[in-house]
Amino acid sequence: MGAETAAAPTPSQTVGPFFGFALPFPGDAEAVAAGPGSVRVEGQVLDGEGKPVADAILELWEGEQFARCRTDAEGAFHFLALQPAARAGQAPHFELTVFARGLLRQLATRIYLPDEEDANRADPALEAVPADRRETLIARRSGGVLLFDVRLQGDRETVFFAL
Amino acid sequence: MSIDFEPPYLHPDYRSTVLRAPTRPLVRLPEEWFHHLPGPVFGRVPVRPQDADLTRQHAGQPLGERIIIAGRVLDSDGRGIPGTLVEVWQANAAGRYVDPVDQHPAPLDPNFTGAGRCLTDPEGRYRFLTVRPGAYPWRNQPNAWRPAHVHFSVFGPELASRLVTQMYFPGDPLMPFDPVLQAIPDARGRALLVSEFDPDLTEPEWALGFRWDITVRGSSATPAER
Repeated sequence: MGAETAAAPTPSQTVGPFFGFALPFPGDAEAVAAGPGSVRVEGQVLDGEGKPVADAILELWEGEQFARCRTDAEGAFHFLALQPAARAGQAPHFELTVFARGLLRQLATRIYLPDEEDANRADPALEAVPADRRETLIARRSGGVLLFDVRLQGDRETVFFAL
Repeated sequence: MSIDFEPPYLHPDYRSTVLRAPTRPLVRLPEEWFHHLPGPVFGRVPVRPQDADLTRQHAGQPLGERIIIAGRVLDSDGRGIPGTLVEVWQANAAGRYVDPVDQHPAPLDPNFTGAGRCLTDPEGRYRFLTVRPGAYPWRNQPNAWRPAHVHFSVFGPELASRLVTQMYFPGDPLMPFDPVLQAIPDARGRALLVSEFDPDLTEPEWALGFRWDITVRGSSATPAER
């Protein structure tokens, strides 16, 4: 094996359908306890026919916050986390990583906040996204909850970032 | 820049990709503030030393060939990554997962769950004691069988180093027929997922040893070291 090959990253394989007994751990969808500064994020993962993806596992990353949630039969997931902070010239956002049966590698997207319009306008990642697709990265707010659906395909396919 | 052996998102031979692979181009962000985003801290994930021994999670011994799987988690510079979380899950020796989603009519083993985790040591080493998983059928194509494999989840230092993959066993005749493994277009990439039998790792009269190193994207060097 040549030196160049030796340094190649180990390739990905799907998380498969049978991870539910192994990857979740107690309380893993909650990065923090409910309280001041916390926000609930809810959404659904949908495939190219608009059907729920019931065998996905999503990870929310933000600063030192980490949470993980498996989708249910309706493709629904939820997280509880502290409101994200603005960092290094970027608007506040969560990194969201999606693993599922049928995904040979994870997908990476971002959840931006609907009430940060000025910061979002100046955000370099949103700027890199075609203007007509930016809205797929911005959550809606319903009461105290941020709503964010992940559409793997289709007219409103969520923007994913190359890893 | 090293070669990239990643599978494409769309690989129609693996049918579940057809409605799940994104169809629009992925957006590329600058590596400095996206790929190199430091990974989270995992104090919340409970990891106990016994979690790396999948043969002692129940009252009795699981059925099957006892095996040791060990190796290192390396960064793109070939340095071992210390203290990173490695999670594994697998079918039992009969090819059946504990997971309720699995309906394959092979027996469950009351002495085997098939899930483990550990943190890498200061040199980036990990080690699991388990049993060799069985092959199992699935409905992707007529008479489809997955080669024996162990699922691995690894974090590493950065967002881009996050890796979920599968480890296979040398000489498994099902590998050339498996659309999940064959989704990796380059044989050199597929070879990176196959462990090696290691006589030195094998423990006499106890367990066969299989060695498998994992290289993740990203450097664990501090900026000053780069």
